[in-house]
Amino acid sequence: MKAAPAPTGPYGLMAEFDRPDDLVEATRRAYEHGYRMMEAYTPFPVDGLAEALGFRHNRIGAVVLIGGVAGGLGGFFMQWFSAVIHYPVDIGGRPFNSWPAFIPITFEMTVLFAALAAVVGMLGLNGLPRPHHPVFNVPRFALASRNRFFLCLQARDPLFDAEGTFRFLEESQPKAISVVPF
Amino acid sequence: MSVSTNMIAEGELRLRLDRFQWWALAAGGLGLFLSLAAWSLWPEQFWPSYLVAYVFWVGLALGCMGLTMLHHLVGGSWGLVVRRPMESGGMTLLPLALLFVPLALGLSQLYPWARPEEVAHDPQLQHKSLYLNVGFYLVRTVGYFVIWLVFASVLNRLSSDQDRRADHRPSGKLQWLSGPGLVLLFLTGTFSAIDWLMSLEPHWSSTIYGCLVIVGEALATLAMMIAVVVFLSADQPMAEATTPDRLNDLGNLMLTFTILWAYMSFMQYLIIWCGNLPEEIPWYLRRTRGGWQWVALALSLFHFFLPFFVLLFRESKRQSRLIVQVAILVLAMHWVDLIWLVVPASSDPASPRIPWVELPLSLVAMLGIGGLCTAFFIGHLKGRPLIPLNDPHLNEVIEHAGGLGQR
Repeated sequence: MKAAPAPTGPYGLMAEFDRPDDLVEATRRAYEHGYRMMEAYTPFPVDGLAEALGFRHNRIGAVVLIGGVAGGLGGFFMQWFSAVIHYPVDIGGRPFNSWPAFIPITFEMTVLFAALAAVVGMLGLNGLPRPHHPVFNVPRFALASRNRFFLCLQARDPLFDAEGTFRFLEESQPKAISVVPF
Repeated sequence: MSVSTNMIAEGELRLRLDRFQWWALAAGGLGLFLSLAAWSLWPEQFWPSYLVAYVFWVGLALGCMGLTMLHHLVGGSWGLVVRRPMESGGMTLLPLALLFVPLALGLSQLYPWARPEEVAHDPQLQHKSLYLNVGFYLVRTVGYFVIWLVFASVLNRLSSDQDRRADHRPSGKLQWLSGPGLVLLFLTGTFSAIDWLMSLEPHWSSTIYGCLVIVGEALATLAMMIAVVVFLSADQPMAEATTPDRLNDLGNLMLTFTILWAYMSFMQYLIIWCGNLPEEIPWYLRRTRGGWQWVALALSLFHFFLPFFVLLFRESKRQSRLIVQVAILVLAMHWVDLIWLVVPASSDPASPRIPWVELPLSLVAMLGIGGLCTAFFIGHLKGRPLIPLNDPHLNEVIEHAGGLGQR
């Protein structure tokens, strides 16, 4: 493994909430205050949370489109190359470039590559799979898969300073605030 | 809720519907009068044009019935705004049954198997004459209409019962009826497509043809219903019920049928093109030469690719302006598709050409039949609540969404 520069200070501060609405409200406050480097963790999808985090557009559609177009062009090219250039065979007097016969494979390759691009692009864009994450250093974070709602403001945010951010989070009246160590 | 409880069109909407109905009636009368003139001037070219227009409007009525029954079977919020227009659309089979009568006079102009002198020296036609003869053709057509009209009126009566009664008995009956009804509709739809359209070229056959025609009709019906719903949604009660989410659902259905239509059209072409058999290929030779190849190209571009790419985007399905434009494009291309299926049938495969005189003739017939159907449709729709508020399945959906206006 490459030696990464040892980070100083914590990964961030994490507030814990009992109810999803409180989490959404706190997230919205943090966003309005200017925080951008933050993540929210919930046991189930919470309506409005993505909007509160400022997460409006994702690029998965473009990735899938590129994958589909590449698959379709590649699929057609393979058949055209083998039937016209590499090994032309006269079949019942049909033209070598019998494009109608190439369409089913072209279509299948479009779907296949669009689907693969969707999976790979999704993993690439959301940074999964990830065996370990600093938030797991907080023991109470295990509750995020049960009945607690967490908001983590990360230290790499330019607005972050340990004391000020702690006080800012306190104003949302969370159940607890934990320091997330690396 | 700020809408009148009986949900019947009133006020500004009523006025607009009255005005539209009057215009449709006038256009229908004018169109039929011009059709009569066209028939006396160009009897040979008139019948294919009339058949195109006739099948276009019958297809919409059948599509309405099919989608109504589909909704009774599977439910869903999308049916809330289109149920009543679709039920009224099914009832237009009543004037359409009468409009078949002139077609019965032109059979020998349209179908080679209906010309005795042609059958006399064609062994294949003699072989097929057990099925393809004028008497049996008319009996079958009467049979289709009897079945369709019985289903259309029963669906409407039970749906009206549903509005008035508190119990769920009519809803149960509707659901029970819709399963077998859909099967029967598919069979009669297939056979009517074979009789009316495929037998124009009696030497040719394609097993996917009935499905292809039915899918095209369902697609055109969805397009027409989107246009109707957006027209009605300028006023209450439809304004509140026509949410972006419901337009999105209808747009998704239209996308599905667009893909299905393209799939079936291409599969038929691919199989016949690959086989390249002398009894099959003339059907495509007639339709890909002498100018028709541009029509075929336009069909693939504007009946499939353009609507497909526009409807892929979520935003384009949620804006009523844009989705109505797509719907009108789909309807226009469905008409072109029917012209492409019907008009080249009588031409010589070696040198087909586009008979341009058919275009105004077909427009006139479309105006005549369409005007009458539209006037009948509006007259039927005006008398009934525009939203089936007593449907238990729909009520579940509405309650789950927290009201009429939300998802």
